[in-house]
Amino acid sequence: MALFRTARRVAAAALLLGTTVAAAQAASTLETVKARGKLICGVSMGTTGFALADAQGKFAGFDVDVCRAVASAVFGDPNKVDFVMTNINTRFQVLQSGEIDILSRQTTMTYSREASLGIDFGPTVFYDGQGLMVAKSLGINSAKDLEGAAICTLPGTTTAQNLADFFRTTGKKFELVVFENPDENNNAFFSGRCDAVSSDRSDLASIRAGSKSPGDYVILPETISKEPLAPAVRQNDSNWRDIVSWSIWMLMAAEEKGVTQANVDEQVKSADPEIQRMLGGTDDLGPMLGLDKKWGYNVIKQVGNYAEVFDRNLGEKTALGLSRGPNTLWNNGGLLYPPPFR
Amino acid sequence: MSEQSTMVSNELASPDRPGGGLRGYFGTVGNSAVTLVCLAVFLLVAKAAISWLLVNAVFTGTPEDCKVASGACWPYLADKLRYMLFGIYPFDEQWRPLTATLLFIAAMAVSGIPRLWGRPLIAGWIVLLPLLFLLMAGGVFGLTSVPTSQWGGLPLSFMLTFVGLVLALPLGILLALARLSNLPAIRILAITFIELVRGVPLISILFMASVMLPLFMPEGVTIDKLLRAQVAIILFAAAYIAEIVRAGLQALPRGQTEAAQALGLHYWQYTFLVIIPQALKTVIPPLVSLFIGFFQDTTLVTIVGLLDFLNTVRTALRDPNWQGIAVLEGYLFAAVVYFVFSAMMGAYSRFLEKRFRVGHD
Repeated sequence: MALFRTARRVAAAALLLGTTVAAAQAASTLETVKARGKLICGVSMGTTGFALADAQGKFAGFDVDVCRAVASAVFGDPNKVDFVMTNINTRFQVLQSGEIDILSRQTTMTYSREASLGIDFGPTVFYDGQGLMVAKSLGINSAKDLEGAAICTLPGTTTAQNLADFFRTTGKKFELVVFENPDENNNAFFSGRCDAVSSDRSDLASIRAGSKSPGDYVILPETISKEPLAPAVRQNDSNWRDIVSWSIWMLMAAEEKGVTQANVDEQVKSADPEIQRMLGGTDDLGPMLGLDKKWGYNVIKQVGNYAEVFDRNLGEKTALGLSRGPNTLWNNGGLLYPPPFR
Repeated sequence: MSEQSTMVSNELASPDRPGGGLRGYFGTVGNSAVTLVCLAVFLLVAKAAISWLLVNAVFTGTPEDCKVASGACWPYLADKLRYMLFGIYPFDEQWRPLTATLLFIAAMAVSGIPRLWGRPLIAGWIVLLPLLFLLMAGGVFGLTSVPTSQWGGLPLSFMLTFVGLVLALPLGILLALARLSNLPAIRILAITFIELVRGVPLISILFMASVMLPLFMPEGVTIDKLLRAQVAIILFAAAYIAEIVRAGLQALPRGQTEAAQALGLHYWQYTFLVIIPQALKTVIPPLVSLFIGFFQDTTLVTIVGLLDFLNTVRTALRDPNWQGIAVLEGYLFAAVVYFVFSAMMGAYSRFLEKRFRVGHD
């Protein structure tokens, strides 16, 4: 076996670059991942707060932590994951072709994507929506007051479409200025080339954090589209989709039950039967999905609960400074509603 | 050259000659005015540049120090240097891409010495390239395995450009010969390939390689995306090289071929011993321009999710600790690196031209 592996590597070297032939997809994704010993997760090429490599080249961010949660569920180790950067234009093909196991890349779940792209979405991890940001000096408090504004955006059919729909309802005119490159887009806005910039609200916060004086800009209150961001997996692998979904719900349920990275060791002995089931104290929930009995414990111990993940990457103490908004638990008036662990 | 034209050219050249003094700059009132204005502009720019680069710059400190300073923020470069150079290649293993890049540059320098050109050099490259690849990829000799999806930065730019061009050159020469072939089938195939490839932008070929190709593959079989990008660049470069080489071939007097044939050399002998060496000499300048262009165009691989040097610099700017503080510094660094390597290629091209006495003197 070792000889075969060496021979293959030498052959690859002769070709100068390796042609990797992944194990035939007849095996389920979970089996493939376990055999490989590593999860492969597709993330963005660099978005503050969601997925960004630090000076050491190590990835961190909200999307990255979703991957680490799944890696903890499968292996009990958040570092058994390789991150592959995916381009916004080719992200779905990279998933379909089997290069990655999960696409965790600020991707909006939509009908046509789920129906026609050969992918399945997991639960929404972040409720986002398209908004508009203007300079405070403009003295505008509502997007409805924008008249004849030049609006900077990145290319993308839905962004422009949503703006067109919104301005049709207000009956005002606007002019679209499209940039291929995010840096050019942001600089055009900061230099006054555009009156407003439009993107997902989380992205607007990130753009604002990148300005010399973030206090000079204001994100207008209108949310002109729904953007539920969710991870995606290849279609028709229910077991794998379940693992991804329940790993995410584990983060939310842990917050709901007050289980944190710090207190998870005591919570294992909790009297609450649901916490018992989640953390693998009683019942064997893990093996039903082909996971370890302690998978939930591992996720929280390694990654923390949803609140911890949010605060660490996006929250008010970070450069993005996002408030929880709709991304808070249902019993706090938010949209996060993890199904029961039983 | 006739007497008269020598005189004229001397007269035209006189303002530039050391003996001509400053007459060319201050000869007339108009000239003096232009010279003074240019000097003033130059001094203003130089003063602003020096105060930004040095006087008001921050050399050690934190992002907060940079925020209050009006000059450049050099600690930013120091902090992000390794990320900019090597991308997300595992931090503790970055000596490997560093060694590979240095070895590669050294090998390029050695290969640039015309006296060493020959079979041993080609054999050396055939041995070296797989070794460099193994050094980067690991998985043997106790090196940890690093998937190509984690390669990035300057080594990736180098690899895509120079490995691409080294492999594209022979392919381009063959295509040029095929295009001039007497056999219609071969000629038409070559023309079709060249025109098809030249008819589409590089970015769409990369896009095809990353989006279309996997759809044709059986499920579960994936070709490494770096390999896909590399092959796309090789094919693209080959079409352009073929046209440049064809120009060199057609510039050669027909007598060269006839003389070689008269000596009894057969096609492959006279083509590779007589025709190609002379043709390549004439096309050194356009070939080098193409090489420089490709060195800069490799940045398009971002479309397949690879971060080359310019894109590692770009993503480094999004670090929340430094965001909005250092933008120019990053791009300036990228510009300097690109300039140094492009200028070296240009200088080498001039050296080759001199060595082979190309041009009409």
